[in-house]
Amino acid sequence: MEEIYSGLLRALELIAARDPQVVEITIRSFFISLSSAFLAGIICIPLGGIIEFRQFWGKRALINLIQTFYSLPTVTVGLLVFLLISRSGPLGGLNLLFSPSGMIFGQAILVSPIMIGLTITALAGVSTQIRDTAKSLGATEMQIIITVIKEARVAVMAAVLLGFGRALSEVGVAMMIGGNIRGYTRVLTTSIALETSMGNLELSMALGIILISISLAINLLLNRFQGR
Amino acid sequence: MALLEVRSLSKSIGPAKILNEIDLTVERGEILGLIGPTGSGKTTLLRLINLLDEPSTGSILFDGRMVSGKPEKELLSARRKMAMVFQKPVMFKASVEANVSYGLRMRGCVDATDATGGKMGMIDRVEESLAAVGLSGYRSRDANTLSGGETQRIALARALILQPELLLLDEPTANLDPGSAASIDSLLQSLAGSRTAVILATHNMQQCRKLAGRVAVLQSGRLMALGKSEEITLPW
Repeated sequence: MEEIYSGLLRALELIAARDPQVVEITIRSFFISLSSAFLAGIICIPLGGIIEFRQFWGKRALINLIQTFYSLPTVTVGLLVFLLISRSGPLGGLNLLFSPSGMIFGQAILVSPIMIGLTITALAGVSTQIRDTAKSLGATEMQIIITVIKEARVAVMAAVLLGFGRALSEVGVAMMIGGNIRGYTRVLTTSIALETSMGNLELSMALGIILISISLAINLLLNRFQGR
Repeated sequence: MALLEVRSLSKSIGPAKILNEIDLTVERGEILGLIGPTGSGKTTLLRLINLLDEPSTGSILFDGRMVSGKPEKELLSARRKMAMVFQKPVMFKASVEANVSYGLRMRGCVDATDATGGKMGMIDRVEESLAAVGLSGYRSRDANTLSGGETQRIALARALILQPELLLLDEPTANLDPGSAASIDSLLQSLAGSRTAVILATHNMQQCRKLAGRVAVLQSGRLMALGKSEEITLPW
């Protein structure tokens, strides 16, 4: 217990002193996860809109599949992305493996089901009268989708924030695609795993506190968006 | 050539027949009253004419062209010559200005020409439409904080700004106080003889007689009578 207490104190000291290693890892984590949430957002929000608005065979099954993928193990996504971007994979020529770009790509795939699914739920919550009004006022199909997304902007923003939270807290893709290279692809989660295995509990705890604080901030932001 | 021609139009939802073999025409500048009790199919007919829903059978000709059953691009082109005010209109989560100018922005319109040939910007057009419904000065208000009557009038301004060839009104004065209803009535009267034709759905025969040149009577999805408003007597 004393070890945990002294480790916690040391961790707080590291944060208060803005330890360069802690700051660097935190900034990189933010950059990679924000980029992946942004990339996923610009693809998944319109895609969610198209799935919600179009009627097609197998739509219900597709939505069920997307919802099943919410809890997809991160290592499974890591393996899939690894196969895609490894030298012999179809995207091998892009040299994404063991790079921040590869991690962004992998995390974007990881958070896509959550973003698409929650976007569909958010849009379904907008009254059909809004769609009818937009349509009767001469909006095209794409303009109607954009209008409904705007109406559901709080819930759609929540989907993006949740996607960002999942990207920030995952370890499988970051480890398998980034390779946990010091000063290059090392992020909060992979650092915690490594430092703990090396017995460097103070640094692990400092990074853990930062991760929890960010999660708390995301949650507060979500509540604020949703007016709670 | 009639602006709108509806031929043998029917609409069924499951086993229920909502509209049954409706035939009617609307001329340019005409105000046609569409009267019927609740559940008679007035709203369904307006939605079909506005090309929001597909008819089960029958056809709709707008401006001499068959529009029903056509691809979305052609439906959109016809729909953009019409405007509809719903019985319970909803506002987008935005200002009154954004709501009123919505249709214009969707069409990519910015400027228009006024009666004297001068250029009118979007704000001027919004102000003009708001003034027409008696809500000058409401431009910056949040559209979702308005009363039911104000919402109804904003919805009318949102339709009028488009200068439609056909204006479809689904009980536009049902939620208004007598004073506001009277001002809307006089606004609609001023449309008579203009390029805009109006179909006014209501269950108020007095309003029909006052505004409409002809009246179509709907009951249980059937067109029971169609003729000059002073000649029509209601079957109920």
